[in-house]
Amino acid sequence: MGMIKISGLKKAFGRKQVLDGVNLEIEKGKITVILGRSGEGKSVLLKHIIGLLRPDEGRILLDGQEISSMSERDFNEVRKRFGMLFQGAALFDSMTVGGNVGFPLKEHTDLADADIMKVVSEKLKRVGLVGVEDMMPSELSGGMKKRVGLARAIVMDPEIVLFDEPTTGLDPIMSDSIADLVLDTQRSLKTTYILITHDIPFTYKIADKIAMLHEGRIIEQGTIDEMKKNQNPVVRQFLEGRAEGPIKVY
Amino acid sequence: MLKGYLEKLGRSAGEFVDTAGLISLMLFQTVVLAFTPPVKFRNIFKQMEFVGVQSLFVVILTGAFTGMVLALQSFNALKRFGAESLVGPTVALSMARELGPVLAGLMVTGRAGSAMATELGTMRVTEQIDAMVTMAVNPVKYLVVPRVIAGVLMFPLLAIITDFVGVVGGYLVGVKLLGINSGVYIGRTIDFVQIDDIFAGLYKATVFGLITALVACFNGFYASGGAEGVGKAATSSVVMASVMILVSDYLMSSFMV
Repeated sequence: MGMIKISGLKKAFGRKQVLDGVNLEIEKGKITVILGRSGEGKSVLLKHIIGLLRPDEGRILLDGQEISSMSERDFNEVRKRFGMLFQGAALFDSMTVGGNVGFPLKEHTDLADADIMKVVSEKLKRVGLVGVEDMMPSELSGGMKKRVGLARAIVMDPEIVLFDEPTTGLDPIMSDSIADLVLDTQRSLKTTYILITHDIPFTYKIADKIAMLHEGRIIEQGTIDEMKKNQNPVVRQFLEGRAEGPIKVY
Repeated sequence: MLKGYLEKLGRSAGEFVDTAGLISLMLFQTVVLAFTPPVKFRNIFKQMEFVGVQSLFVVILTGAFTGMVLALQSFNALKRFGAESLVGPTVALSMARELGPVLAGLMVTGRAGSAMATELGTMRVTEQIDAMVTMAVNPVKYLVVPRVIAGVLMFPLLAIITDFVGVVGGYLVGVKLLGINSGVYIGRTIDFVQIDDIFAGLYKATVFGLITALVACFNGFYASGGAEGVGKAATSSVVMASVMILVSDYLMSSFMV
């Protein structure tokens, strides 16, 4: 039984039906990668899981409890079990790196500033950054921003971490180091990771399970080996990165 | 053609209702959250510094020149009736009841309102506001409440500074430049200006502070569409707040007279 169970999830923006009945189970302690083309609604799906968007139809269960219809106040309690890394890292640009990573601790715990900074330094070290606490986000490179974003996402030791396109805009070497970081931080704590991406090499390196989102639904899912053997022409075209095939290029 | 026109009209009416509804909702949330502990004094003080202290120069400049030009113009007008001695009260009353709060309000809207809208708009389009939500922090409480409190507290202070500087400016022009007797100028001013006149202006300034901060936060908070959207948010927050300041000024004046 999955930790998160999404069933019949539908969401439309105006006349555009973005999610059209998504069914997906996320297993506890595993890395699930949701693949799909840009604009297929991967981010929309992720935002439903953490309650930034609410579904038109369908349900999301977390440990058997329906969260998709919760009030904002109740959902805030649920959100404390989550961490999220945004595509552009979404660091607060009015705060230092240390202020960013320590922000959830400052808001939700009674820790003294010195203790917060201790945790912050430790988490930054986990993502391979030392001595950057007093820098401003604008001084960081894209890869460093993602690392700081990850440190902030895991600072409260969440049970579930969501990643919105963690390698977009990074060079292949930096992407690979982010993959190592994902594996490293996930394996040690057995956290549940959900990632959305269209980066195939990255996916092959980290995924325990792959689910493919196409035209608003999860069309296929399985382990890396299962997906590599999958004969669905849409999956084949996507994994092989071909312009010709059932998926139309606009 | 008529159909297209009606559709357009309906759409803008719909948008207007949407906006009014969202602003009212934000105001309601802000009031409730402002009185819900914990109160973030640090954020409030930071915004008060930004709205208040950093607007001082603009406001002093505005007040001084307004007072000076008022003295000059009213002297020319009143001279025709031989009533030059009334220049002092004219300047002081105009400043306290109308020009102090309104001009300070408009200037600070241009300065601080646009900056607030830009800051929140940037936070919205770069997903910083979403990030805050995912960290279980209410962005209205964290971002909007301190700004609205700062607006409501600092606008009256800025208005009173504008009043004072304006009166001093008027005095300098009236007495030093135009040769009105200093004792007459001050005496007449004290005779005519009541404490209620000053308070009437301060009430208005409080409302203008609320309008500016709320409208700026609203436009920034709901900005969309990248850099262009942020620019639009800044522009429309200044236009919207300025119009609302002028309209509400008339309405409040008509009630207070």
